[in-house]
Amino acid sequence: MEKLEILTASAKYDVACTSSGSDRKGQAGSLGSTAAMGICHSFAADGRCISLLKVLMTNACVYDCAYCVNRKSNPVRRAAFTPEEIADLTMQFYRRNYIEGLFLSSGIMRNPDYTTEQLISALELLRNVYHFNGYIHVKAIPGADDVLLSRLGLLADRMSVNIELPSQESLGILAPDKSKISILKPMGLIKDKIKENSSDIVKYNHAPRFAPAGQSTQMIIGASPDTDYQILNLTEGLYRKYSLKRVFYSAYTPVIEDSLLPSLDTKPPLLREHRLYQADWLLRFYGFQANELLDEAVPNFNPLLDPKCSWAVNHREQFPVEINRAPYEMLLRVPGIGVRSAQRIVKARRAATLDFHALKKLGVVLKRAQFFITCKGKPLEGLKVSEHTLLRSLMSGQQLAPYQPAQVEQLTLFDDHYAAALPAAGGWAEFKKGAEA
Amino acid sequence: MGGIQERGGSLMFKPSALAYTYDGSFEGLLCCVFESYTWKEIPLAVHSEGEEQGLLLESKWIETDKHKAERVLKSIPLRISPEAEELVRLGFWSNTPEKELLLLNFLYLGFKHGRKVMNMLADDTVHALQKAVQQLRREGHLYLGFVRFSVYGPVMAAVIEPQGYILPVIQEHFCDRFQGESFMIYDQTHEVALIHEPGREAIIPLSGWTPPEPDEAEEAYRRLWTGFYHAIGIKERRNERLRSSLMPKRYWKHMVEMNGSNGVPALAAAQRKKALQQEPPESIGSLRASLRQTNTHT
Repeated sequence: MEKLEILTASAKYDVACTSSGSDRKGQAGSLGSTAAMGICHSFAADGRCISLLKVLMTNACVYDCAYCVNRKSNPVRRAAFTPEEIADLTMQFYRRNYIEGLFLSSGIMRNPDYTTEQLISALELLRNVYHFNGYIHVKAIPGADDVLLSRLGLLADRMSVNIELPSQESLGILAPDKSKISILKPMGLIKDKIKENSSDIVKYNHAPRFAPAGQSTQMIIGASPDTDYQILNLTEGLYRKYSLKRVFYSAYTPVIEDSLLPSLDTKPPLLREHRLYQADWLLRFYGFQANELLDEAVPNFNPLLDPKCSWAVNHREQFPVEINRAPYEMLLRVPGIGVRSAQRIVKARRAATLDFHALKKLGVVLKRAQFFITCKGKPLEGLKVSEHTLLRSLMSGQQLAPYQPAQVEQLTLFDDHYAAALPAAGGWAEFKKGAEA
Repeated sequence: MGGIQERGGSLMFKPSALAYTYDGSFEGLLCCVFESYTWKEIPLAVHSEGEEQGLLLESKWIETDKHKAERVLKSIPLRISPEAEELVRLGFWSNTPEKELLLLNFLYLGFKHGRKVMNMLADDTVHALQKAVQQLRREGHLYLGFVRFSVYGPVMAAVIEPQGYILPVIQEHFCDRFQGESFMIYDQTHEVALIHEPGREAIIPLSGWTPPEPDEAEEAYRRLWTGFYHAIGIKERRNERLRSSLMPKRYWKHMVEMNGSNGVPALAAAQRKKALQQEPPESIGSLRASLRQTNTHT
């Protein structure tokens, strides 16, 4: 019991929680299935979803990464699971429908190869002896032998290697035992294996699948001075070059005192993390590119406007768009229109011409969208576009409340801090004209 | 109502001051559609048997007739679309108020416009039905995660209290996932249960079922899970509002880690503390041994 709590507490800063991306039916003689859309089984007090039994094999680690709660020099209680205990807990929790599967990571025991062998034996027990057919997410240990990593990948649904810190410099300072190469090498291996395996599947129907739910990674936000622009560029590169399924961001929660790190009373930068997730969504589902959202001149996200609103306010020349004619790709770029509502618009306008009233029913957030759209060539009746109303409507104070530290100085509308999002002088009159035309 | 009269007009339907009463079954509702078309009349309300009837309308009893129901059901995919049939079925399982009238109106629209009705997302009737179905699907999806089984020897059982009639929505998922298990999911709200044995499954009426007392091994796994649940949250990020919006409180009652029959978490913590003082922390190994023992006893 205590062991489980120690090894859970040590794993909780790993933010990957999804159980999505694998679609496997149940089988006679084995227990479990996986669902493509993922299933959240519970939500923790911090509001994050619990879908997997997220534990470490051990929190005893030979490395000494400054940001990590399990670093060698941190005096915490240590514990370790045997492969049998991991397999038993997974099976028993899974039967009771507490979890969607297992997320298994580990501190480095002796060396990367030995640690990987331990992970393999736990997964082999689950898959081959207990006939567990549910979801397994396993951490690839940087520095482990390619052959071992390949075996591990055949047992898991998803494999991940954590980037941890967004730049080589930060990594050098805070994680001296890791290097960019040691992280990117297994990432490249996993990518190649998945690719190679998908062509095997075509050739041989029964080829075992290598990490069918792909690979993911995470990086820590706010432990190092890297900018949002650097982080987002790196993210984009990972999606392109390494075909990652997901990049997770983890607002740094100080766990240990270290002169190289933010002090212990620093609040985790939750709003910043939230903005990065919003931008990540824009990259994956809305057709945006990192350099459209940020650049060297404005390297960080505006705390008051979400990335899409920021982009729209700075690209007023592309608006307003006519709801009944605009292509799907352009609908997706309108603040207040999400993937679902854009799809509904495209579907519903085949049956009838849409007005503002109809848009509301389709799930469009008119409060934000009204400034950027026309219906049948007309803007919303009585719409007033002034700096004040526009920005006020685009800022969603209430929605952001959970991400704001409790006592923050009141940010005023015309703070220098987000002046970058404000349109250049004179732009407003034109924008208004555009909206009325 | 204006909308219906207008549509009725073109179909030469008479708006009537009638209410229909039926037995509450899906077939019964399809017979209401049949009746309405036969007499070209539009009821102002449709009630199921035993339901409170608010309006002082003349009520007409609609007898459930298998053949009539089948004729209506067959015409839906033919004259509208297969998706419309699914929408009607799911709409019937939702708990939206006046769902019968909503479904009737949707079918009038569908028989008039054909396949196109599925795109008429901005129409009030279509929108209301889509929303009801979306809500049902959402609740069904939540329950894929929120169902909590207890293991009683060779069988497993769970109790749920959903708003919509979601057992048919989650049936395939659980029967596929636990193919080799014998289990039951009891829906307390609608007094029905999904029963599964290897190779057999059914949804049957069942009322007033209470789960048996958990044995030692079951209690132990509940404690382990509750312990895991409390260890995984990061206290610096505590966010009650977010949790309640993703996992509304009405689901907590039957979830072990929130408030389950294992008692409040504080109690579990106190028990654990006591246990720690008395003996060395139990390992999972010894737990497995005790599980095996209880298994051989039962």
